[in-house]
Amino acid sequence: MDFEVVIGLEVHTQLLTDAKIFSGSSTAFGGEPNSQTDPVVLGMPGVLPVLNKKVVDFAIRLGLATNCTIVPYNRFARKHYFYPDLPKGYQISQYELPICEHGHLDITLEDQPTKRIGITRIHMEEDAGKSIHDAGVDTLVDLNRSGVPLLEIVSEPDMRSAAEAHAYLAGLKQIVTYLEICDGNMEEGSLRCDANVSIRPRGSSEFGTKTELKNMNSFRNVERAINYEIERQTDIVSNGGTIVQETLLWDANVGTVRAMRSKEEAHDYRYFPEPDLLPLQISEEWIAAVRAELPELPEEKKQRFVSEYKLPVYNAEVLTASKALANYFEAVAKSCEDSKLVSNWVMTDVLRVLKEQKIDVEDFTISAQRLAGLLNLILKNTISAKIARDIFEEMLGNEDEALAIVEKKGLAQISDTSELEGIVAQVIADNPKQVEQFRAGKEKIISYFVGQVMKATRGKANPGMVNEILRKQLKA
Amino acid sequence: MENALQRHRQYIAGDFTLVDAVEEYLKRIEANKSLNAFIQVYGDEARQQAAAIDAKRAGGAKLGSLAGLFIALKDNMCMKGQRTTCGSRILDQFVSPYDATVVRKIIAEDGIIIGKTNLDEFAMGSSTENSYYGHSRNPIDPERVAGGSSGGSAVAVAAGMADLSLGSDTGGSIRQPAAFCGIVGMKPTYGRVSRYGLVAFASSLDQIGPFAKNVSDAALMLNVISGLDPNDSTSMDEMVPDYTAAVGGDVTGLTIGLPTQFFQEGLDSEIADNIKAVTKQLEDAGMTIKPVDLSLNDYAIAAYYIIATAEASSNLARYDGVRYGHRAEEVGDLNEMYTRSRSEGFGAEVKRRVMLGAHVLSSGYYDAYYKKGQQVRRLIKNQFDDAFKDVDLLLTPTTPSPAFKIGEKVDDPLQMYLSDIYTVTVNLAGICALSMPSGKTTEGLPIGLQLIAGAFQEEKLFRMAGYIENLLAE
Repeated sequence: MDFEVVIGLEVHTQLLTDAKIFSGSSTAFGGEPNSQTDPVVLGMPGVLPVLNKKVVDFAIRLGLATNCTIVPYNRFARKHYFYPDLPKGYQISQYELPICEHGHLDITLEDQPTKRIGITRIHMEEDAGKSIHDAGVDTLVDLNRSGVPLLEIVSEPDMRSAAEAHAYLAGLKQIVTYLEICDGNMEEGSLRCDANVSIRPRGSSEFGTKTELKNMNSFRNVERAINYEIERQTDIVSNGGTIVQETLLWDANVGTVRAMRSKEEAHDYRYFPEPDLLPLQISEEWIAAVRAELPELPEEKKQRFVSEYKLPVYNAEVLTASKALANYFEAVAKSCEDSKLVSNWVMTDVLRVLKEQKIDVEDFTISAQRLAGLLNLILKNTISAKIARDIFEEMLGNEDEALAIVEKKGLAQISDTSELEGIVAQVIADNPKQVEQFRAGKEKIISYFVGQVMKATRGKANPGMVNEILRKQLKA
Repeated sequence: MENALQRHRQYIAGDFTLVDAVEEYLKRIEANKSLNAFIQVYGDEARQQAAAIDAKRAGGAKLGSLAGLFIALKDNMCMKGQRTTCGSRILDQFVSPYDATVVRKIIAEDGIIIGKTNLDEFAMGSSTENSYYGHSRNPIDPERVAGGSSGGSAVAVAAGMADLSLGSDTGGSIRQPAAFCGIVGMKPTYGRVSRYGLVAFASSLDQIGPFAKNVSDAALMLNVISGLDPNDSTSMDEMVPDYTAAVGGDVTGLTIGLPTQFFQEGLDSEIADNIKAVTKQLEDAGMTIKPVDLSLNDYAIAAYYIIATAEASSNLARYDGVRYGHRAEEVGDLNEMYTRSRSEGFGAEVKRRVMLGAHVLSSGYYDAYYKKGQQVRRLIKNQFDDAFKDVDLLLTPTTPSPAFKIGEKVDDPLQMYLSDIYTVTVNLAGICALSMPSGKTTEGLPIGLQLIAGAFQEEKLFRMAGYIENLLAE
């Protein structure tokens, strides 16, 4: 039987606010365990939550960027369950009235038309702490993460393959990082993704029984886990079995899933409106103020790169993949008028080094200013592209400007006509046999002479001029 | 014994020293030990503070509005470095790392907190019999209950062990013990006083309020603790007038409503007669009195016990033995740790309410109970709003009966819950009310009269209470 896959994602993004969602403690990652806490975070008797308004700003930002309706009347709700890293015995979240609804995000897979993925809702909530089980006999609890603000983004079941899920998640990551509300780091857990997966006979309009996949802590694992689950479900159904609704944990080491809890064991969260926080009213003015501060989003930036820098769409897409890379490109292009040249260098040389060194462009050792300096030397014919690549390699390890390296090492291109004429004359004199061949009509051999001139000048000769002088002298 | 406002003025005038006074109060606390008003007495801290404030006075510094006074707190309010037990085994050894906002305010006004008082466990009860630390006794008749849940705070003031005290009122927990002990107790409007540092029972109903010997003293205490608090999102940015100035203020033109439903079946006849007699006196003095319909009061207890227990089941989830409080020993796994810690730590009434609350919030029952309860609450609030279009204040008995015998109702929770029948609606509506002594039964037991006013109309409440206090004194 031919099956259609149905996938919906629930994505949690940790917000980059300085303070926690309901108290003043720091949200910084990696402090001493339990150092970033206070009576509110610890769930001490008698404490009360006070909403950090920045979280609402961030939620509105994301809602606007994903084409959502911003809900004017908001309520927080308590979601109850017992676990040692949940200090109050409940998580403050939103239930019936989330802040954003009815949005969408467009994805494009290679060679396919753009597809629209619906966003059901986005809501604000607090993160739980961390339980550390492998620290000896006892389980240890670190509450530094407790109370860190989260936005949960729930998609419609609109994705039909693991690749689409991957593209949607990548699109979300791109948006949250562009908005500067989340660092998008899946490995550190600041971006987390759960997937609801089901299959149904192609053409059917009813949904099959779904399973929920958890614990996929990288983009690659999201794709692997979903593909694994599709295959598992397909096997079961093809062999006449039925899918059991359950929550599954992905084990990346083994590459399989294991059951976490069944439908019967599912929690009754006993949601009810949080009485310690008044309903939150979001005015048109508030939304307008956030909208006015909204940064340029990936799609707009891509279009602008195409028109402003006359770049091919593909280049614009690569350069706007991350905001930091786009900023870097623009900083170089501001000081170097050949934007095509800049684009080529950033896309090939810079990206290669970033990949090799496994770093982000923010940590790249050659600043935009220095790269522009280097590229301008090519434009002014001071150095050839080949010499420029050598200098680029050298610049990776020091802080010198390209011009300084050129001067120090005497790498400036020889564009002096009389000097080049002398060298060319010498090369012609030294290679009578090849001169014969040229004059016999083997014009291709000219590249041999160019090579000899380059060898004599250690690559510094201006190649265009060398060509011209060679032809003139050989035909003389 | 003089009232608090007088003592404060005498202290400012140099009539006595706190170093002497503190010994008197501690002696009185010791002498009344059998009433079991206090769970903790802060003798050493109070002595130190007494000396410090005496020195401050000697140095000529400006003194706060509570200078010269000893204050008792219900032991569900947090004080940094001191235990906050909530009358529960589960918090027996819990030491709070921070001060409640009311504590900060009292200290800032040079009040001395002399100790923390007994209460029904987590403020759940109407007699202060549900305490891990034993029941409190009524100073008027020690065989009778002090009322509850703020029984200890009522007793502390009634027996002169403190000049003023604070209680918390979720369904009548200040007004009912005030009525039983023959003193003034008041529940401010929801949002008038910060709840930060008050251990929550039912968050949408809880409010801290004062106990005092008379109306002016209650006003003095409310002056200090009122106001917006950035740590409590439900506290309101409403002006805080000088409530002491309202006492003795003009009551001409104020209309009083008598809710018909509060004078029907179930009301003790002596109390009914007493309240009617007071009403007659007011009428004779030229006050306008009219009947008012509060028919929805019949649903108040039901709605209250759904909403209050729902919130309680949630608020008490944090007592899990993980970070603080009682933890069962030698447990096999996490589930057993939770189950046994909570089973050992909580008393019967708390367990009953946690189970009720968990049930009304559970999936499949939420709409039938919690949601319906909230709808009833909204209607009750509307009915009060309507009533206050016609009248300025409502006058009712505080309780259906005077203080009952210790042990009389402990085995009958429904009877116990009915002790709050005239008080819970005020919490559901989020408005303010005050209970004041209005006489005694033939047995000599105090009768409480309740005045109810709309949201943030405390000033009106104090004006009328001051007037009635004078009228009854004549």
